[in-house]
Amino acid sequence: MWRRSASFVLDKHHNNKPISLTPSLDSMAEVNPNPNPNPNPNPISAYYQTRAKHHGIVTSDWLEQAQAAVVRYPDKDSPVAGRRPFSVIEEFDCWRQQPDLAEAVAAVRALAAVIRASEATTMMELEIELKKASDTLKSWDTTSISLTAGCDLFMRYVTRTSALEFEDFNAAKARVLGRAEKFGEISYKARKIIAVLSQDFIFDWCTILVHGFSRVVLEILKTAAQNKKLFRVLCTEGRPDKTGVLLAKELAKLDVPVKLLIDSAVAYSMDEVDMVIFGADGVVESGGVINMMGTYQIALVAHTMNKPVYVAAESYKFARLYPLDQKDLEPALRPVDFGVPVPPKVEVERSARDYTPPQYLTMLFTDLGVLTPSVVSDELIQLYL
Amino acid sequence: MESRRNPRAVVDPKVRQVGFFTSSQPDSTHQPDPIASESHPVASSISPSGNSLSPVMIPPPRHNSSDTFPLRAAAAAASAVSPSSFSYSTRRDFPDGSMTASPGRVSRASFSKPSSSLPGVGMDSMAAAKSSSVPASGLTTVSVVNMPPGLSEKESDQKKNSKPLKEKTTKAERRALQEAQRAAKAAAKAEGGKAPLVSSGSVASTNVKAAKPAKPSSQKNDVAVAAPGPSEKKGGQTEKDRKKDAPHPRMQYDDESRVVKAKRRAVVKQTEAKNRVELFRHLPQYEHGTQLPDLETKFFQLDPMHPAVYKVGLQYLSGDISGGNARCIAMLQAFQEVVKDYSTPSEKTLNRDMTAKISSYVSFLIECRPLSVSMGNAIRFVKNRIAKLPITLSESEAKAALQSDIERFINEKIIMADTVIVKHAVTKIRDGDVLLTYGSPTAVEMVLLHAHELKKKFRVLVVDSRPKLEGQLLLRRLIKRGINCTYTHINAVSYIMHEVTKVFLGASSVLSNGTVYSRVGTACVAMVASAFRVPVLVCCEAYKFHERVQLDSICSNELGDPNAISKVHGREDINYLDGLTNNANLQFLNLMYDATPSDYISMIITDYGMVPPTSVPVIVREYQKEHSLV
Repeated sequence: MWRRSASFVLDKHHNNKPISLTPSLDSMAEVNPNPNPNPNPNPISAYYQTRAKHHGIVTSDWLEQAQAAVVRYPDKDSPVAGRRPFSVIEEFDCWRQQPDLAEAVAAVRALAAVIRASEATTMMELEIELKKASDTLKSWDTTSISLTAGCDLFMRYVTRTSALEFEDFNAAKARVLGRAEKFGEISYKARKIIAVLSQDFIFDWCTILVHGFSRVVLEILKTAAQNKKLFRVLCTEGRPDKTGVLLAKELAKLDVPVKLLIDSAVAYSMDEVDMVIFGADGVVESGGVINMMGTYQIALVAHTMNKPVYVAAESYKFARLYPLDQKDLEPALRPVDFGVPVPPKVEVERSARDYTPPQYLTMLFTDLGVLTPSVVSDELIQLYL
Repeated sequence: MESRRNPRAVVDPKVRQVGFFTSSQPDSTHQPDPIASESHPVASSISPSGNSLSPVMIPPPRHNSSDTFPLRAAAAAASAVSPSSFSYSTRRDFPDGSMTASPGRVSRASFSKPSSSLPGVGMDSMAAAKSSSVPASGLTTVSVVNMPPGLSEKESDQKKNSKPLKEKTTKAERRALQEAQRAAKAAAKAEGGKAPLVSSGSVASTNVKAAKPAKPSSQKNDVAVAAPGPSEKKGGQTEKDRKKDAPHPRMQYDDESRVVKAKRRAVVKQTEAKNRVELFRHLPQYEHGTQLPDLETKFFQLDPMHPAVYKVGLQYLSGDISGGNARCIAMLQAFQEVVKDYSTPSEKTLNRDMTAKISSYVSFLIECRPLSVSMGNAIRFVKNRIAKLPITLSESEAKAALQSDIERFINEKIIMADTVIVKHAVTKIRDGDVLLTYGSPTAVEMVLLHAHELKKKFRVLVVDSRPKLEGQLLLRRLIKRGINCTYTHINAVSYIMHEVTKVFLGASSVLSNGTVYSRVGTACVAMVASAFRVPVLVCCEAYKFHERVQLDSICSNELGDPNAISKVHGREDINYLDGLTNNANLQFLNLMYDATPSDYISMIITDYGMVPPTSVPVIVREYQKEHSLV
C-alpha cells in the first residue's frame, strides 16, 4: 500500500521475518546471543548492547528484553568452552568488557591470541584456523561493521606477508604473530594518532557540534583541552541512548564549556557552529559513514549551511560495503524508550544507525592521515588487490 | 604563398625548434596525427620500441588529456615530440605560409600531391624503386592496396584533390621529384640492408616503409638539421614506423590531405559521405552500403590479409558483431588464428614481424569500423606480449605462448570478470526492485538473468531508442527466461522514472575522470535517474578502463549511417525525408556514443569490486602495474 519505495517492501519483509544470521559454521556459532526464529520480532543488536553496558544505561524495556534473552539462551557459558581448550569468543569477551577498548581492537587481540594458542603445524592449517575464528567472531554480531571490517582487514594484513614462504614453520608462525601484534598495536594507538592529527583543525574560540558518544571524538577533544585550546562544545542529546548526557559529563570534567541540545535543535543552533565532528561505526567504500542514528540529518543541515563535517574513524573501520540508500544496510535495532508505554498498534522505528553519503562529508580523520572520502576506496583497492 | 591552404577553422601557433635534438625519431611525423600519437593505445605501442630511442630523444608523452584541441596538441607536440617534427615546421615557408598543428602532414601532403598529379613522373621513379603505390607519405600503414598502384591513386586523387593539387605543383612538384628520386635510391639501399620486415606478400609495404624513412631523412637533410647519415636514421625509424603503421584510430578526418593519404593505403574502399555536420567533421564518415559488396568480391584476392581477420572485418562492417565484448573477443580469436598460421619469414625476427602484421590487420579493422576502447586495450596487450617474448624461444613455443596468452586474456579479463561482476551486482538487487536498463549491455543482461535464477523478485524496465533498437534483443532474451519486463522508448524515460528503484547501465569504456563512455542515450537516462535520486550502477569490466579523459561527447565519437535516421524499418510510408539527403540545409547526424559525467554515476561495478567513480584512476594504475609485471 505504501508504494514507491522498495525500502517499504523491505521493511515489511523484515518485520515478518526475524533477523537471522549468516549460515552457522561450527559449534562456535551457537554461542551467539541473537535470536533464532521465535515469537519475539525485536532482536537487539549485540553491538549496541555492549555500548549500552559501557554507558551504564539501563532502561526498563532493555532490561525486559535482556532477561528474556538470558532465559532463552542459558547455555551461553556452557560446554561450548569445553569442546575446545581455547575459545575465541571467550577471549574476545574478556577483551571486550574493557570500556576503553574498541570492539575491533578486542577482536584483533583475540585473533592474535588464536595464533599464539594454535597447535597447527603448517601454514595452511594456521590460516584455516584463523579464518574459522574470524568467521565465528563475525557471526557473533553481524550488525557490527567495525567488527567485521576489523576481522577482514586483520586477515588480509596478516596473511599478506611473504612469511608464508618460509621453510621453517615456527619462524613463519612467529612472523605472522609479530604482524598480528603489530596490527593490534596500531589499532590500539589509532585513537591517539587521530587525536594528534586533528589538533590543527580546532582553533581557539571555535564551536564544535558533536553527536553520539564516540571515544575517538572524546580523545580528540581531550587532547585539545590538554593543549590549552579554548573552544566550546554543543552536544546533541542523542536519544534514546542519552549519549549526549554522558559526553557532556566527561567534557565538563575537562572544564570544556558544554551545551546540551535536544536533537531537534540542531538546525536552530547550526548558525553558531564552526564545525561538526562525528565518530563512525564504519566507513564504507563510497567514502560515506555509518554512524548513530541522527548523523545523516545533522550532516545534511551542516552541508546546507556550509559548515565543515569531519569524521574521526580508525582505519580498521574501512569496510567493503557500498550502500545505495538507507535501507541497504544490515539492520541493527535497539530498544527505544519513550518514557511512556507505547500505545498498541503503533510501530516504532528502531534502527540504530544511518548512512551518510560522502558528498556531505568534508574530511576523514584517520590514523592513515587526514583524508578525503574518495581515498577510502583507494585504500581498500590497494589492500584487497 | 603560392598554395591555397586547406581551410582550417583553427589558427595554430608557430612552432619553433627548441633544445638539443638529433633527427632520428620521426615517429610523430609519421603519425597522421601527432595528437593521436600521444594518447591512443594502438600507437602507444611505442613503449616496446622505447629502446630504439636515442638518448637525446624526448619520448612523446603517452597520456595527454588535452588531445582534443589541435592547438594544444600542437604545443604538446612541439614541446615533447621529436625534433623531426620541428624540422618540418621550420620549412613553413616552403609549402605555404601558415602554421598547422601537424607540420609534417602538410609538408608531406605537398610532396604527395604533386607526385600523384604527375603520375607519369612519379610512377616511373616509384616504379623504379619498386615502391608501392604510395609515394612520399606520412601514413605508415602497411595495408596494401590491391589494385594496380597507379590507377587507384590517380582515380581517387584526381577525383578528390584536383583542386588543391593544382596550386601546389610548382615548387612542390620539383621537390617531389627530387624526393622521389632520392627515395628510390634510398629504398633500393634500404631494402637490401633492412633486416626484419613484413613477409613477401607485403613487399610493397616493405618498400613503403623503406621509402618513408628515406623520405623524412632526405627531407631533414634539406633542412640542414644536425643529421647523421640517412642510413642511421632509417635504422632508427623503421622499427617505430612499423609499430605505428595504422592510420591513427583517432585520426582527425577534417584534414583532407590526411584523409587522402589514408585512403591510398586503404584496403576497404570507402567513399566519404558528402553532406556532413560541421561540428563532427573530425570524425570519419563513409557512405554506408558501398563497402561490403566490394570487400566480399575481393575476399579471395587478399593475400596479405589473413582470412580470419578479413571475416571479422566484414562482420564489423555489416553490423553482425556489435558490442564491446563481442567485438573484442572476435578480434582476439582472429588473432589467435593468425598466430597459429604464422611462420616467420627468413631473416626476420618473430617479435617485430608479428607486430607489424598485427598492426596491418588492425588498420584494416579500423577501416571497417573504428576501434572501440576495449579493442584498443586488447591490441595493446597483444603487442605487449609479443614484445615480451623471450628471443630464445623457438617459433612453435613462441606461437603457443602467444596463443595461450590471448586465451588467458579472454578468459580472465572478459569471461571471468563478467562472473565477478555478476556476483557483486546481484547483491544489490532486492526483492521488490524495479530495475531500469538501457540498450543491450551484455554485463547487465548476465546480472539480471543470474538474479532471476536466485529467485529474487524484481521487474525490469527496458528502455530503447532508434535507430538501432538494441533493447528489443535484450527484451526477447529476458522474456524467454520468464522475467517480468516493461518496454519503452527513451522519450518516455522521465515519465516512468518515478517508479524505478535502480538503474543498471553498461559501458563501452570508463575514462579516468569517472566519465562513462557508452551507447548514445545512456547519458540521458543517467541524468534523469539522478534527478529523481535513483541510484545508477554501471557494470563494466576493468580491461575497458582507459587513462584518457574526455569532457564531452564531441571530440571523440563514432558516426553511424545517416540514412538509418531518415528511414524507419518496416514503415515505408514514413518517407518524409526522402530526397533530402543531399540538401545543403539539412544534415543527418547519427552518433553512436556519448559521455556521461561522473556526477550522475553512483557506483561502478567491475571485477575489482564495487567502486565509486572517483576511484577509476586507481584501478587504471593497478591494472597497468599488473600488466607490466605479468
